[in-house]
Amino acid sequence: MTTWIARRPHWLLMMAGVFFLGAGWIVGSARPEQAAAAGRIASPHSGFAAPDFDLERLNGERLRLSDLRGQVVVVNLWATWCPPCRAEMPALQQLYEAHQDEGLVVVAVNATDQDSASAAGAFVAERGLTFPVVLDPQGEASRAYALQAMPSTFVVDRQGVIREVLIGGPVSLATLRSLVAPLLEEAG
Amino acid sequence: MLPVLQVGPLAVQLPGLLLLLGFWLASLLVGRSAGRHGLDGEVLDRLLLLAMVAGVIGARLGFVLHNASAYAEDPRAILSFNLTAFAPVEGAAAAVLAALIYAQRKSLPLWPTLDALAPGAALFAVFVHLSQLASGDGFGAPTNLPWAIEQWGERRHPAQLYALAASLVILLIVLWLEKRQEFPGQLAFSWLALASATRLLLEGFRGDSQYLAGVRQAQLVALMLLMLSLAGLHLLARGRGGGMQPERRRAGQRGPG
Repeated sequence: MTTWIARRPHWLLMMAGVFFLGAGWIVGSARPEQAAAAGRIASPHSGFAAPDFDLERLNGERLRLSDLRGQVVVVNLWATWCPPCRAEMPALQQLYEAHQDEGLVVVAVNATDQDSASAAGAFVAERGLTFPVVLDPQGEASRAYALQAMPSTFVVDRQGVIREVLIGGPVSLATLRSLVAPLLEEAG
Repeated sequence: MLPVLQVGPLAVQLPGLLLLLGFWLASLLVGRSAGRHGLDGEVLDRLLLLAMVAGVIGARLGFVLHNASAYAEDPRAILSFNLTAFAPVEGAAAAVLAALIYAQRKSLPLWPTLDALAPGAALFAVFVHLSQLASGDGFGAPTNLPWAIEQWGERRHPAQLYALAASLVILLIVLWLEKRQEFPGQLAFSWLALASATRLLLEGFRGDSQYLAGVRQAQLVALMLLMLSLAGLHLLARGRGGGMQPERRRAGQRGPG
């Protein structure tokens, strides 16, 4: 084998062949339109459009995610019985207070199909949470976001595209700020 | 195939657990390979562990430095267990640097060390693709082929399965070649050539590529590494006297490298 590898004309010829084949494949398989296509498909994954939902808030108003287009949205799926969810709520509140003037919204989606509206209401009142909290009694948002563990947090940019997915928690305020800061600077 | 494996609360951890398991099995394999290349398995084990620890610390510090103002107000968050708060490039640089320093201190010979690491790298790649299978990362481009799978809202190439199959074949080739190695560096460069050629080919079926000047960035890097490894194989083989005198050629074939 060594002999064959060391034979210069053979090997150089082979390398040239590999180079041209490789370069040809790079050009032939480029399809750069794919890079932009994902952002139009709704799927709970980084780079895809955030799946829409239209749910009732604790205060009785309706909230549709797509109405928040133009703002950076932190979608947090949670339940009152989940200790890390409860633990990260103060960080979400602080994040909301610090950046709502720059166009940041936190939307906490209570997985009401595994929780209760009254427990959610009591928790929100007790902690003094001021960002919108919506109820999901049929689990539609949970399904749309393929909820597999709570809390799950999706950071959505001003174009409605998911940019970060955080599964599990609690997430620190510093991490949240690091993730939303560049998105807040982007144009709507 | 499932984009996300749902095994209760464990589902979340599955991609990360697979990577840890892969790292552990790879380090066992490296320990076993070390002897073949005249190296101390324990030293290589320590090198890997040190590189991993340095990589994790470097990746977190890199992320914190990029976001210094956020962490200045809440320094405890630097230690928070969160996989998002990592900067991969800084992590890889720290891991390589730590490995280089350790290798230098232990006077590890370059090529035999890289050769001993190659089977471990090939095995770890298998687990990287298993992890992507579980997390849904590294997904394929949309297609209507009969073996397309439904993932992230479209029928796509099962790109993770292509990559998994390729990585298993590469592992088998590397293990086969290890017993037939003829010169130092051959195994390491052969692995790099196989891995980069596969990436060059399979990246073309992926739906999550980063683009640079209208082409897939990973393919440019892969082609560069492929040419580098082919050139490396040639130069090292010549250094061993392959293709020179008939008697030296025979000597080269007898030696384990």
